[in-house]
Amino acid sequence: MINLVWGLVFVLLAPAIGGLIAGIDRKISARMQGRLGPSIFQPFWDVGKLFEKENAVVNETQIFYAICYVIFMAFTGALFFAGGDLLLVVFALTLAQIFLVLGAYSANSPYSYIGAERELLQIMAYEPMVILTAVGMYAATKSFNVSDIAATTTPVILLIPGIFLGFLYVLTIKLRKSPFDISMSHHAHQEIVKGVTTEFSGPSLGWIEITHWYETVFLLGFVWLFFGFSPVIAAIAVIVVYLFELFIDNTNARVKWQLAVKSSWAIAAVMGILNLAALYFLNGGIS
Amino acid sequence: MQFVQLLIFLILFPLVTALFMLVAKKEIERTWIVKLSAVAVALVTIWLLITTFDKGALYSPAIPAEPVGLVMFILEMLIAVFILYLGIRHRKYHVIALILVQSVMMIFYELTYAQSAAVTSNLFVDEFSNILALIIGIIGSLICVYSLGYMKHFHEHHATIPDKRNIFFFVMFVFISAMFGLVFANNILWVYFFWEVTTLCSFLLIGYTKTEEATNNAFDALWMNLLGGIAFAGAILWLGMAGNSVMGLDQLLVSGKAIALIPAALIGFAGLVKAAQMPFSSWLVGAMVAPTPVSALLHSSTMVKAGVYILVRLAPVFHGTVTGYALAFVGAFTFLIASGIAISKSNAKQVLAYSTIANLGLITACAGIGTYEAIWAAILLIVFHAISKSLLFLATGTVEHRIRSREIDDMNGLIVRMPKIAAMMVIGIAGMFLAPFGMLISKWAAIRAFIDAPFGFLFVVILAFGSAMTVFFWAKWMGKLLTVTSDSKRIEGEVDRSEWAALVSLAGLSFITTLVFPLLSVKLLEPFLLENYGQVAQLSQDNIIIMILMLFLILVLPLSILLPQRKHRHLAPYMGGRTTTQDMRISGSLGVQKKVVLSNYYLTRYFGEARLRPIGVWLCSALIGIMFIATAFRGVIL
Repeated sequence: MINLVWGLVFVLLAPAIGGLIAGIDRKISARMQGRLGPSIFQPFWDVGKLFEKENAVVNETQIFYAICYVIFMAFTGALFFAGGDLLLVVFALTLAQIFLVLGAYSANSPYSYIGAERELLQIMAYEPMVILTAVGMYAATKSFNVSDIAATTTPVILLIPGIFLGFLYVLTIKLRKSPFDISMSHHAHQEIVKGVTTEFSGPSLGWIEITHWYETVFLLGFVWLFFGFSPVIAAIAVIVVYLFELFIDNTNARVKWQLAVKSSWAIAAVMGILNLAALYFLNGGIS
Repeated sequence: MQFVQLLIFLILFPLVTALFMLVAKKEIERTWIVKLSAVAVALVTIWLLITTFDKGALYSPAIPAEPVGLVMFILEMLIAVFILYLGIRHRKYHVIALILVQSVMMIFYELTYAQSAAVTSNLFVDEFSNILALIIGIIGSLICVYSLGYMKHFHEHHATIPDKRNIFFFVMFVFISAMFGLVFANNILWVYFFWEVTTLCSFLLIGYTKTEEATNNAFDALWMNLLGGIAFAGAILWLGMAGNSVMGLDQLLVSGKAIALIPAALIGFAGLVKAAQMPFSSWLVGAMVAPTPVSALLHSSTMVKAGVYILVRLAPVFHGTVTGYALAFVGAFTFLIASGIAISKSNAKQVLAYSTIANLGLITACAGIGTYEAIWAAILLIVFHAISKSLLFLATGTVEHRIRSREIDDMNGLIVRMPKIAAMMVIGIAGMFLAPFGMLISKWAAIRAFIDAPFGFLFVVILAFGSAMTVFFWAKWMGKLLTVTSDSKRIEGEVDRSEWAALVSLAGLSFITTLVFPLLSVKLLEPFLLENYGQVAQLSQDNIIIMILMLFLILVLPLSILLPQRKHRHLAPYMGGRTTTQDMRISGSLGVQKKVVLSNYYLTRYFGEARLRPIGVWLCSALIGIMFIATAFRGVIL
């Protein structure tokens, strides 16, 4: 049931697609802010430039963690697009994220240190909802396998709308969008120093950018799963969701971590319990 | 009947070693006796696995109950007298009251009902017993070996504490003997006897240092476990009064819920106490005052595992009852709340203690639900938790002796200062929460088990939140260890040989078990589940391959450091434009050089013990109340 070809396609193409999304993102954000904005290929030039820079480090282990971060994020996405087990995908995602956190810790610098702690807070904020999303998909389709969920004819979104809303909420955290871009923001106006990535520079920072592209594509794939029964609707939904996240990003300022954790947890608990309970009783008490 | 001899050997041999420990005068004698017995016990547990492999549950017909039962009863009474004496000496009146009640119950049983009890076989072994025997035999032995080095340093560092290592090792081995007895006993009276011995042993080990705090905490552990013991004795009395002479675990499990539910709930209560579930979690946290190998032993292979062992054994009785669900919710909420409290703890051993309580909660939740998938998850949790947790305790103990602190913040940059031990600790932590290591596989199994169980979605939600908190407190500890502080000197020196041997073996075990876990599942867990539940749970082939792939990635990637690479330019971290040296010193006012000190987030305001513990205590007490009311309702009225 695992299709290695799709995994490989993801590993090869996702950076291109993710970079393009980032470019479009910047263009639209600029327009929302009344600017002209850069070319949609700008992210590629930026990252290309990073790779031409000297790899100056605080210590050697940083490079190792940055590489592990990109490898395991690519692994996570590949596993997802190859049709693997959704829970395993979620666990692999956590593993990848932990490498970024360890990289930030390793620098022994106050700014990246706070970035690391905040990144962990963010992980703690989104993790319950992500696990519940995987479980919700299972409750709706009776399978944890992405291949089965994507091929199902059940309108998953109609069965787990609550979980979809909860997932949208934490998607803001995962895409590093305001108001939840607490550990690292793409906007200069939010950030004094660049949070978790403060001590990364040159190629290491380039790898982290590429990882972010991988992650964006993977997360939008997650959104797709809710609408897998109809590719047309799914494609529209993915675009609308991303535009919505952009809109939120540009109309909100960063909040404190307390609010981020509390609100994500509240939504995960309420949506998770209500939606799973509804599904459970709809199925006549057999989960 | 070879296996019966092996079982008896495993129960009696540590006892013989224990007696030798009492008389061993020289350190060298002790060292060799401990090492040789450790090897012997470990090998025999493996041999037992080989001889009983693929044979299902084996029951011993040979051993007559009576002379042994009488000896046990006499020993029980001696233990009671001993506890009574200690209670009077330390003026612990609640302990005196509890031990009197318990003794009266057991004497009453012995006089009234003992004759009518008919147990076909007193000892047995099946796959689950085998797994626990391996945990006790291998991990328990390794901890004893580690103790050799640790206790030597311990007494060098704490000159005021009287050196009673003879007694210490005596109790350690009695403990191991009792644990073997517990997992092999089929006669519930025997289980009870070994149960009480573990209570006494843990009491003696926790109070080893004889400081006021240690003595008080030891008595805390004692009174709670005596309370559990009373419940256990109540179960035995109930079985005696029921008059159908059910006194074997095997008979109890097949006797139907009408007979089994009440005694199972009572024994389950004893199990909850022993497994340190809320509201009884405080004894395990208090037990941290003991020398670190004791904590390792209590947390990984003995004591608390006795608690969850009996819960998992009785799981078929709990399955599908309100009693079982109440039990499962006690476990689930304990998991959630203990994980939260662990975030607020800065002391390494306390983090480990709360993490143990949390994981035992998860096992309890699985046992309470009692479906075949849940039991599969529970046994996996028991195995992997034992390995990772003992490794973490032992590594913490070694670090503590070197840096004289148990604070996680003091472990900053340990990878530079003590690279080998830090690596062991990182493996232990990774084993506790990261894919593809054991505990994560088990949690995965638990999620799948919960979602398929009736009302399981509630448990899934609890598990999702609990495991998010788990990630937080483990990752921040791991980050502390892996911080590279370029100025630090290596202070590792020569790690004691016996300590090192135990650490490396456990670290190796955590990799190997992750690798061979599919084998473990197919060859041991599935036959056990098939026999008891008629169904098996497993991971699909694809997932196993992916996990192994991840494991190899994690093993291979660190080796990339060995590759020849360009030397990169090193810069000082960014400090807001301040002049900073490479070793993170900044100039303060009046030309004072200040060192930058970084501390983790502990979020005490949100996750502090004072805030969360009362919630857990009340919630879980209420649930235990519900458990008994529901049991009584079903057992007595219906």
